[in-house]
Amino acid sequence: MELVKPAFGLTFWMVLGFLIVLFLLTKFAWKPILKALQERENSIEDALNAAKKAKAEIEGLKSDNEKLLAEARQERDQILKEARITKDNIINEARNKATVEADRLLALAREGIHNEKMAAITDLKNQVALLSVEIAEKVMKQQLANDDKQKALVADLLKGVKMN
Amino acid sequence: MKKSPILLLLLVVFTTISSLVNAQDSVAVNNTHTEAGNEKFDPGKMITDHISDAHGWHLWGHTEIPLPIIIYSKDRGLSVFSSSHFEHGHKTYNGYMIHGNKIVAVNEMEVTDAHSATINDQITEGVYDISITKNVMALLVSIVLLLIIFISVAKAYKTRPNQAPKGLQSLMEPLIIFVRDDIAKSSIGPKYKKYMPYLLSVFFFIWLNNLLGLIPLFPGGANLTGNIAVTMSLAVMTLLITIFSANKHYWLHVFAMPGVPVWVLIILTPIEILGVFLRPFVLMIRLFANIMAGHIIALSFVALIFIFGEIHAAVGASVGVVSLVFMVFMTTLELLVGFLQAYVFTLLSAIYIGAAVEEHDHDSHGHDAHVEEALII
Repeated sequence: MELVKPAFGLTFWMVLGFLIVLFLLTKFAWKPILKALQERENSIEDALNAAKKAKAEIEGLKSDNEKLLAEARQERDQILKEARITKDNIINEARNKATVEADRLLALAREGIHNEKMAAITDLKNQVALLSVEIAEKVMKQQLANDDKQKALVADLLKGVKMN
Repeated sequence: MKKSPILLLLLVVFTTISSLVNAQDSVAVNNTHTEAGNEKFDPGKMITDHISDAHGWHLWGHTEIPLPIIIYSKDRGLSVFSSSHFEHGHKTYNGYMIHGNKIVAVNEMEVTDAHSATINDQITEGVYDISITKNVMALLVSIVLLLIIFISVAKAYKTRPNQAPKGLQSLMEPLIIFVRDDIAKSSIGPKYKKYMPYLLSVFFFIWLNNLLGLIPLFPGGANLTGNIAVTMSLAVMTLLITIFSANKHYWLHVFAMPGVPVWVLIILTPIEILGVFLRPFVLMIRLFANIMAGHIIALSFVALIFIFGEIHAAVGASVGVVSLVFMVFMTTLELLVGFLQAYVFTLLSAIYIGAAVEEHDHDSHGHDAHVEEALII
């Protein structure tokens, strides 16, 4: 049958044409296209890898930051703790000092007061004595203004004085 | 998704035109015969005429594009002239005439009526017909299309390096990647790069010509991939690539399958040697038969209209409606078959090449190839 017998002419042109098309397409289409596809795939992969790397780096930085932050926080706590202790110490010291000083001052004051009191009492005693003498003098002067009274007094005094 | 109704519409329009033009052709054929001698419509002849090669490109009625006739004869030398000189096979020219779609030598050197000419069998045997026939013309058209499409796509890669594909490039890129990843890489393995140009060329050549064959108008409609000469050329190329890239493991498995007793080898080796040639032979037959069958089915539905039309015009018209529906369906199916056959040819070529270049033991791969082949046949 005619249909299943390959014709010479068509086979000739087909082989020639296909080889030419194969050659031209290989040179001008397939090679550049496949190369471009490969390059693009590589560049996409590179970009993805770079992004992954950058992400890891950022993650590293983040953890570094956190570490630093934690350290800083710890240091701050340490400093705060120390400060608190120092403060307490200072306060305690000051309080002790103040107490001691106050006690001393109190003692001094007390002593002063005592001394002053004593002096005042002595003074008062002297004053009272003086006043008493003065009063007594005045009374005596009043009482001994006339002779009668003087006599009466002497008499009275004399009454008191018993002859033992 | 938005475009799919438009695509569907185009498909319907395309298939309708296809049917109408096919119908028109048949009318012409019918008319010629009725004019010639009130002959009955011969569907077998009509279909055979449409699927075989011709020395002119028939458009409609008596109009055809004349094509160059190039003949080399051992006795008469080279002669080149237009096919229009044959006047649709009714005249002889330069001592040649068309006899049953073939060019034969005649004794009469001057222009005479073809029906009264006497064929010279002796000279005819030494005639090499390398005319630009309808199929060669279709081949040239497809070559030009392939070059235009893929060189422009390659240019797009050069002008827009490392960027997302655009336009035609984005249509072709998934297909190229499909051939590379799903056909070449998976079947051939690490050595696939060397065979990529052949596989890509074969894939797009077959696919484009399958699609062009579905278009009934010039420059489509030629039955190029449904022609045995074309499929044979492609299959022989696959065979040659397989043979020349085969390593010693491959030949060892062909001639002396390891681990098989000698008495079995006596049976097995001839089978294996036969298999080397049988595989490309099946490639040739598969593509040829599938595409030719597609054309025959479409033409058969047209023929039905005229067979019934001979009974009565009204019967023909009503059958025509049914035929049209079936033709739309078949053409849609042929669009799928066109792609599928291109894929199958390329995949099987890749599998055969892969079996030839494979480094390690034969146990799984050969099996795969046979199994897949069996499935696809």
